[in-house]
This record gives sequence, C-alpha cells and structure tokens, in this order.
Amino acid sequence: MIARLAIASLFARALTVGMTILAIALSVALYLGVEKIRTGAKASFADTISGTDLIVGARSGSVQLLLYSVFRIGNATNNVTWESYQDIAARPEVEWIVPISLGDSHRQFRVMGTTPAFFEHYRYRRGQNLLVEDGALIADLFDAVIGADVAETLGYAVGDPIVVAHGIASFTEHDDLPFRVAGVLEKTGTPVDRTVIVSIEAIEAIHVDWRRGARIPGQSTPEAVLRDMDLTPQAITAALVGVQSPLQTFALQRAINEYREEPLLAILPGVALQELWGIVGIAETALVAISAMVVLTALIGMMATLFSSLNERRREMAILRAVGAGPGTILGLLVTEAMLMAASGAVLGMAIVYAVLGVARAQIDSAFGLWLPIDPPTLQELWVVLAVLGAGGIVSLLPAIRAYRMSVADGMMVRS
Amino acid sequence: MTAPVLSLSGVRYAWPGRTAFSIEVEALSVAHGETVLLLGESGSGKSTLLSLICGTVLADQGVVAVDGQDLSQLSSSARDRFRAEWIGVIFQQFNLLPFGTVQDNIALPLRFAPTRRDRVLDVAGEAARLCSALGLPGGILTEKAARLSVGQQQRVAVARALIGEPSLIVADEPTSALDAGSQTAFLDLMFQQITACRASLLMVSHDPALGQYFDRVVRMEDVARVERRMT
Repeated sequence: MIARLAIASLFARALTVGMTILAIALSVALYLGVEKIRTGAKASFADTISGTDLIVGARSGSVQLLLYSVFRIGNATNNVTWESYQDIAARPEVEWIVPISLGDSHRQFRVMGTTPAFFEHYRYRRGQNLLVEDGALIADLFDAVIGADVAETLGYAVGDPIVVAHGIASFTEHDDLPFRVAGVLEKTGTPVDRTVIVSIEAIEAIHVDWRRGARIPGQSTPEAVLRDMDLTPQAITAALVGVQSPLQTFALQRAINEYREEPLLAILPGVALQELWGIVGIAETALVAISAMVVLTALIGMMATLFSSLNERRREMAILRAVGAGPGTILGLLVTEAMLMAASGAVLGMAIVYAVLGVARAQIDSAFGLWLPIDPPTLQELWVVLAVLGAGGIVSLLPAIRAYRMSVADGMMVRS
Repeated sequence: MTAPVLSLSGVRYAWPGRTAFSIEVEALSVAHGETVLLLGESGSGKSTLLSLICGTVLADQGVVAVDGQDLSQLSSSARDRFRAEWIGVIFQQFNLLPFGTVQDNIALPLRFAPTRRDRVLDVAGEAARLCSALGLPGGILTEKAARLSVGQQQRVAVARALIGEPSLIVADEPTSALDAGSQTAFLDLMFQQITACRASLLMVSHDPALGQYFDRVVRMEDVARVERRMT
C-alpha cells in the first residue's frame, strides 16, 4: 500500500513530477543516442571496407594511409611507382590487386582512378558488392561511374558530362577533356557514394599535358591522339590487395614494408581502424562524459524538486507519523518516489531513442551514411538504466535524510 | 480496577536546542472508557503534551504510560509501532492524505499495526460501517480525500482513528475548523462511536463550551506548568 500511496502522491504532483521525468528521459535518450551513434559510426566505419587484406601506399602513417585510401580524408604525401605496383602484383601471395589513383576532384567530390577489378573486389558491409543502379560500368576511356551522393547532390544522370578539376578545391579544370557519366552506383553508406570513379588510364590521359601540377603552356594533345597513346600510369596513390590465404597476410605485409626500391607501407585495414579508434577515442570519451553529465544534471534537478517539495509535504509526513509510520518509512517513501521517477525517466528515454530511430533512421542513413540498427536493448543499455535508477536512489538520499530529520523534529505536529 | 489508559506522572520535558521551553506535568490520567477535555489556550503546551503522549518525543524525566506501557522503555521504532497499535490521532484539520482514497486513508494505520490489523476482519466492510455510522454518504470510500469537504474530512479522520479499536483517541481541536452547527453534529457522532468502541478520549480545545460532552474537564494550567525563557 505504501508503494501505491507513493504512486498516488506522484500522480497528485503530476506536473512537476512529469517535468522531472521528462528531463531524465531526455538526458537518458541523449546518452543512449550518443552511444548508438558511436557504435553505429564504428560499425559503419568498419563496414566501409571488407574483403581487402592489405592496403599498400607510400610510407607514411597507417591511419593516414587508411584515411586517404578508403575514406578520402586527407591526401597522400607520396605516390607508389608503377614498377613497385607491378612487383607487388607479381608476388605469389597476391590473389588480386586494385590500383587507386587519387588527387583530382569534381566539385566537392573526389575523383578516383582505378581498374575494373575495383568493382569486382571492393566489398562493404560484410561482403556486399558495389552494384550499378543506373547505366553501366566504365567501358570507354572517358567514362565515369558516380556514387549515389554525387548523383543526388549534383543532379547527374547517365549521359551527363563531367569536367574534372585538377587537385582538390582547385579552379584549374581539365575542361578540354570532359568525362561522361556512364553509370550511377547504388547507395552504400560508404565514401564510394561521394566518389567519382574513372579508369586509371583516364587519370593519366588528362595529365598528359601537365607537368608539376600546371598545364604546359600552349600544349594540348587532341583526344584522338590520347586514345592511341600508351596510358600506363607512372605512379598510383595506393593499392588494395587480396591474398591467396589469410595466413600469408603478415608475410606479404612484411615483404612490402621491407621493399628495397621504394619506401612502402602495407597495412591491415582492421588494425589501422583500431589505431584510428585509439585517436578518436578521446573525443568519444568526451562525448560520452558530456552526455553522462547531462544525465547527472537531470538527476540533480530531481533532487532539487524533491527538496523543494519537502516543505509543502510536511503535513503529509506528519499524518504518516501520526498513524505510526517511523521516520525510516518516510525516508523510504522519498527514495521509492525518486527511484520510480528515475525508472520512468530511463524507460521513457529508451522509448524516445527507439521512436526517433524508427522515424529518422532512413534520413540519418541518407544524410550521414550511417545505418543505425534497431536492436533490442543491449546489456550495456540495461546497465545504463540500472545506473540511472541507482543514481536516482543515491541522489534522493539527501532530501530523504532531510525529510527524516524533519519528521523526527516535527513528530506529528507541524510547526511552521 | 484496571490500570488507566493514560497516565503521566512527574513528567518534565524541554525542547532541545531551541529557545528554552519546558513543560512539567505532575499527574494526569485518563481511565478506561473515560472522555476528558483538556482546556488550554494556544501556547499552553498542548502540542508538546500530545507529542509526549504519542511518543514522538520522549520525556526527560517521569513516566508517560499508555495502557500500562511506559513509553520510555520502548525504542523509537517500537514507540511508532505502539502508537499505530493503540492510539488514534485526530488533528485540527488536514488529517488526510489528499491523493489517497477515503478507504486508503482509513486503512492507513493498519499498515503500521499488525495486531490492530488482525482485530479488523474485513477492512473495507469496517471502513464502510464506520463511514455510514459517522453520517458520511455511501460510496464515499472510493472518493479521493482531496474532494471531500472539511466536515467530511474530519469524520473520515474519526473513522481512521477508530478502526481496529485502539484504546486511546487523541484529538487536537478537531472541531475548530467546523462551524457551530456542524460542531454539535460532529461531536455527537464522534462520541457515539467512541463509546461503541469502548475507547478513551483525550481532547484538547480552547473552547470551554465543549465541556458538557465530556466526563471530565481538566484545565491545562492545573496539570501542567510551562516555562518559557527568552534567550
């Protein structure tokens, strides 16, 4: 009956109690939401590349190599010569190898030169293939395949012309040699969506008349001549490698890292990702800490509400004392109330997270390429709810102890 | 002759820590089934006296015994339990938990008093019987206490004090919030039920006109000496 009275008492103060619960619910929703996005982003990052055993590039840092080769973030400091590429390709451990050439852009999107093998071997989200939504893959030298975001943002369709700019965020354009959109890829939620893919020969072709990043004055090789030239690249930015057997991965990695002709770096994508998490971890921790603080703030708000309710509830406590309730019962009543509020807040917060996920999941995916799964609450989330409940109980102890003292001093008589 | 329901002897009490206020009660007793009116102005130490009788404060000296039990022999939680078992309390007003139903409020002391609970065979039935005996409308049991008029609330408070037949009813100016007309009706009904329960009544009031209802009238200044020193 005491629990029933506690609930009735909470209902009687529905407005303040409701606001307190709402504050707790929003803070819990924020915390759980941050957690969901954090784990979702991690999974999404990890899903960006699968099936690739090694990434090879010029010697730099493994995180840097991973970022520019897979995530199109930052730039390569150096290239890999075509000879080195061929040497690696010729090794017996290598099952397949795909060259990547980066450095040009189209509007805000990166242009990547590669071979048709890219479409065969690049895998994302646990082994899914890239699929063409509209049009076809690269057939001609000046064909381009664009990612879903590129098509959507720039409103491109199959057959549209594309002029590639030299470098990134640059005003010099390869306007003499326009490309044609041959195909649009299906949405993947990976950086491929924001990439213009052309053949590696085309990258070579548009740079025939260029030296050291600038156009050679007065020189302009006609398209017909280009088509007859040998467009084997001099250098590439990086290469994705698949090995014959996973057991050979480390041997091949060591061989590439000790390659004598040129300083190279081979990384395991998974390991580099872990390193990346190590770096991002600080920001992540800060984010989690901030949202935990918000939860704490909401709980302290509840404590303030409990404190301010004590005076108006002196009468209630006196009645309970008169009918034989001890001060301990009154303490228990306040703690019970607080924990009921905290529990309702936590459960409501969880419901808010699921509701928002249910409504906004598609938008989040299309806006940020982040696919957040709707799973039953994880053990960790249940721990969060329990922690909120426990913290609610602890926080309520202060006002509860004050109520205890007041009810000892007042007894059944309310002195004002 | 059985022991009195209430007896105080040589009691001294001073509120701790505050402006010196102390009360001395040489002797006061209420016999079984007796109804006693304690007359006193406000500030005459009535509240302190009631707190001593109910065991929410403990006398510094002397003996406060209810039903033969010296309260100072009990631990504070045992005193709370003892109060729940043997004493029914009626305040001046605001007797009820506003968010509870009338039945919740009437049954409230039983929650803290297992023996008293066992004396009531059917809580809902007994609550209904008391309500109708006190002239409350049928169906009031499920009403929220906050919706009742002051007069109704005071009657519900009487029902709560009487349920499970405690031996002593302590009432602190229960009629002062009522108008003169309903005072009489209220007191008539209350006395009927207290007599039916064979309980004793100690009621404090400042109104000498109420004396006619009681077996005995005691003036506060005759039994208690209050000392108030300004500091």
